[in-house]
Amino acid sequence: MNASAPLDYRSAELTRKFIEQIRHITTQPWNIMEICGGQTHALLQYGIDQLLPPEITLIHGPGCPVCVTSLEAIETALQIAAQPGVIFTTFGDMLRVPGNHQDLFSARANGADVRVVVSPMDAVGLAQAEPERQVVFFAIGFETTVPSIAASILHAERNHITNFSILPANVLVPPAIHAILSSPENRVNGFLAAGHVCAVMGYWEYELIAAQYHTPLVVTGFEPVDLARGIYQTVRQLEEGRCQVENAYSRAVTREGNRTAQALINHVFEPVDRQWRGIGLIPRSGLGLRAAYRSFDALERFPVAFNTLVESPLCIAGQVLRGVATPHDCPAFSRECTPSSPLGAPMVSSEGACAAYYRYQRVKP
Amino acid sequence: MSEANFPSMQGPVCPLPLNQHDQIVIGHGSGGLMTHELIRNLFQKYLGNPTLNASNDAAILTTSNEMPAGLRLVVSTDAHIVTPLFFPGGDIGRLAICGTVNDVAMMGAQPRYLTATFILEEGLPLTTLEAVLRSMQAACKEAGVSIIAADTKVTEKGKSDGLFISTSGFGWLPEGRQIAGDQAQPGDAVLVSGPIGNHGIAVMQARGNLGFQSEVRSDTAPLNALVWGLCQAVPSVHVLRDPTRGGLATTLAEIAMQSQVCITLEEAAIPIDQPVRKACELLGLDPLYLANEGKMIIILPEADAPTALSYLRAKRYGEGAQLIGKVSAMPAGQVWLRTPLGTTRVLEMLAGEMLPRIC
Repeated sequence: MNASAPLDYRSAELTRKFIEQIRHITTQPWNIMEICGGQTHALLQYGIDQLLPPEITLIHGPGCPVCVTSLEAIETALQIAAQPGVIFTTFGDMLRVPGNHQDLFSARANGADVRVVVSPMDAVGLAQAEPERQVVFFAIGFETTVPSIAASILHAERNHITNFSILPANVLVPPAIHAILSSPENRVNGFLAAGHVCAVMGYWEYELIAAQYHTPLVVTGFEPVDLARGIYQTVRQLEEGRCQVENAYSRAVTREGNRTAQALINHVFEPVDRQWRGIGLIPRSGLGLRAAYRSFDALERFPVAFNTLVESPLCIAGQVLRGVATPHDCPAFSRECTPSSPLGAPMVSSEGACAAYYRYQRVKP
Repeated sequence: MSEANFPSMQGPVCPLPLNQHDQIVIGHGSGGLMTHELIRNLFQKYLGNPTLNASNDAAILTTSNEMPAGLRLVVSTDAHIVTPLFFPGGDIGRLAICGTVNDVAMMGAQPRYLTATFILEEGLPLTTLEAVLRSMQAACKEAGVSIIAADTKVTEKGKSDGLFISTSGFGWLPEGRQIAGDQAQPGDAVLVSGPIGNHGIAVMQARGNLGFQSEVRSDTAPLNALVWGLCQAVPSVHVLRDPTRGGLATTLAEIAMQSQVCITLEEAAIPIDQPVRKACELLGLDPLYLANEGKMIIILPEADAPTALSYLRAKRYGEGAQLIGKVSAMPAGQVWLRTPLGTTRVLEMLAGEMLPRIC
């Protein structure tokens, strides 16, 4: 064996070894929350939840950026997209998220110019190519998407591209963990911290959380071996009565994270209070543009107004997002609510817990 | 050389320089002289044959000695819309031929004749149309089919999108051959003729939706020769289906429903080219749901699977054939996937459009 050869992070054998160790050390029930929707998806895709001992319960966290984008933000997006001369650009997942009456797909069918981009720089490129149009980018996502959005704004500023703006709706992970752990209904004993977010932000912030709430957090990747290792290290801490931050994804994450990216974020954005769909207002949990860049805020360019917004009374997305209910607890799950006609956002995105359950566990194997 | 300076005129008409158009204009759909010119200069040049060139309102098919008594006529129709019109590994013309040829072939039939309808948008460059027709000509030749009836309409600019092609296919099905979606039986094996997902990724890449470069090419290909040979080598084939839109997972879910059986796939056995796998991982797409235009699913008794595999692997478009799963009785109507970890999950039909995820 070549010692320098990369580990196979999909190795079934290695994954089973970690699962075996989890079985070996588990003596009592533990609830572990994976914050990130990408991890929820991967856990169900590989069926890792089926391999865990019955004492370990995985609780799916609010880490799907599509799911937690507020109804207000979606309605704002729909109104801006409908304005003449606007090219509204977004990551693909957002197209199907239901607003009050419609989604961006139907807005497109009604004549709005809604386009899917894979990067905010594509939106800046569009603005450059069509100077007579207003190009708006729907800035959603966790810390992972923010550096490229900040870079796109700086690029637009430098090149005097004045017909580009963003609708700011980015959210931050640590305030959400605070909100979950300080809630009276909390039942989470330990967290898998999202590897991609930590790759950007580092994990020093989580050390304060671990100490304040006496809760272990393990920085975890997305492959089967990563996930099994992350769960193993969390269970080991719980069984040993420790509450530290451990890094089980060191091939991508350092304690400090990507300083350049962080500086970029801080230069363009500042923390603001933000509404999370299904959860409510979380203080300083979002990113808004700093005063120097506020001219790039679509809300400054396009007046929007709407009446009271109502969620479907059947949907329990809020409880699912807070980790107090699973999609199977919802009376509408796979009945009134399916990926083709979603009532709540978690049924839309591939990272949403309801969509992941629908896709992988609608029928219990 | 000097001829090019003079517009060609046929008969006593207004000396409008008909041939100077380098793009489709409304007049090409008038049914008059410009339409005739377009048909003669382009459509007949590439797709012409005695039946089509006869220019009658309909084609007459005579049963030849290739159609002995007992053969049945198989008919299929399909509309083709793709953006962009040209993508790595194919174009709308090749797609329009192969798509319909394959639909007829999936019944175990030999496609022979096609009809084609062209919806042209005003402003379509004639060089584009010519390139598409040339590609259709090559695909027809490869598949051994001819276009015996065709129609062209022109829409105003903005009322359609460049070029739409609808084709219908006609083929012969030998007596006694019964291949259909409801024929899968417990104990059958499930094969796929090659790696999946290439067409879906190639088109996304051509649309500029990948955000990175990849070398994936569409697999668009006529499968009729492969099907015909396979059915002669292994007459016990129960189901053939090309997993186009919705991909392998959706197509198998349809078959499981139609046949009221359970299909269990081995995830590790499903052939996926490395660049396709990488693109899917970067974008959060599932290759099992990506479109294919030159692949087929074969379901047949397990005992005949080795013969079928060695036949397929020796033939063009079947080189990458693999055994990917098996059919059991219960739970009827479902498709399961066994992961390399030994866990299982249910595969559903694709709901709506597949969208790249965010992070």
